[in-house]
Amino acid sequence: MYIIVVGGGKVGYYLSKALLAEGHEVLVLDKDRARCDRINDELGSICMRGDGCEAATLKEAGTGRADMLIAVTDGDEDNLVACQVAKHMFNVSRTIARLSNPKNEAIFKKLGIDCTISSTNLILEHIELEVPTHPLMHLLKLRESNMEIVEIRISRGSHAVGKRLSELKLPPDSMLVLLLRRGQRPQAIRTDTVIEADDQVLAVTKSDQEEALRAVLSGQPAKA
Amino acid sequence: MNVVIMGCGRVGAQLANLLDAEGHKITVLDINPDSFRKLSVEFKGTALIGDGTDEDILRRAGIEEADGFVAVTQGDNRNVLAAQIAKHIFGVEKVVCRIYDPLRRELYSTLGLETVSPTIIFAQLLKERLEV
Repeated sequence: MYIIVVGGGKVGYYLSKALLAEGHEVLVLDKDRARCDRINDELGSICMRGDGCEAATLKEAGTGRADMLIAVTDGDEDNLVACQVAKHMFNVSRTIARLSNPKNEAIFKKLGIDCTISSTNLILEHIELEVPTHPLMHLLKLRESNMEIVEIRISRGSHAVGKRLSELKLPPDSMLVLLLRRGQRPQAIRTDTVIEADDQVLAVTKSDQEEALRAVLSGQPAKA
Repeated sequence: MNVVIMGCGRVGAQLANLLDAEGHKITVLDINPDSFRKLSVEFKGTALIGDGTDEDILRRAGIEEADGFVAVTQGDNRNVLAAQIAKHIFGVEKVVCRIYDPLRRELYSTLGLETVSPTIIFAQLLKERLEV
């Protein structure tokens, strides 16, 4: 694939190195001469000096034939514009933007950026996994389908304790899949499986049903 | 009208003063508190320190009740991001965005943003003056 990377900072440098190693054709765009020189010295002549938000630079970079543009500067606004220009002026089919402010995810998605990556969110998710403060943890988002896999720990006060799966009123599009119980092998959850306190349950749910699912399994009423 | 202005440079401050004098409710945002010195002593609106590309700051600036939003920082991309947040996330009715780069302006006009390029306007103006 021909991949254009906008931003030759640390993220851009290591990303390009990895993409090159996978055999892709890579072009890095950066405004800074020193960064360009370093990349060209160390990774081969793959860096062009210029503003990746400018149509003229992107044209010169051959963006018209690019399969993907990845914008990884440290400015959310610059990454947005680079992706929008690539998408709308050069019809690049896949654009990926790095975000610093996780809240920008909504607007980027709305504006047609195919994929956003927020390091802030990634770190937060890891903290959530390591230090569970919430009975529901996100494990994986299933792309394109708006579904996700979550892990729920059943607390002692939960309504679900002692109930069979068939007795639980799960929200639509939610499914309990796997049961992890201390001292036992993981088992698939069947309609007659009885939920116990301290069970860990893996579930598939729609993003907007997550709160309702949490309410059913945790014993606390749903937040408004 | 209730207007939020992002960027209190010469243009932002001048616009804030004009609209404020006409009795509109104005909130000016800038990341540099020194820039608020450009507001006139009669300015009765609100001056808020903060980055207008951040949804939370925009909310604090009253974007949810605003009828208009103007993005006039020095950065085209910052203006474009903030203007699109105001329009698409908060549904502000009248959003105007300054874009110096004529090519970028063209793209964002076709994407439905109301844009003004001082570069194009000023060059045209100078050309007309020379023709006199």
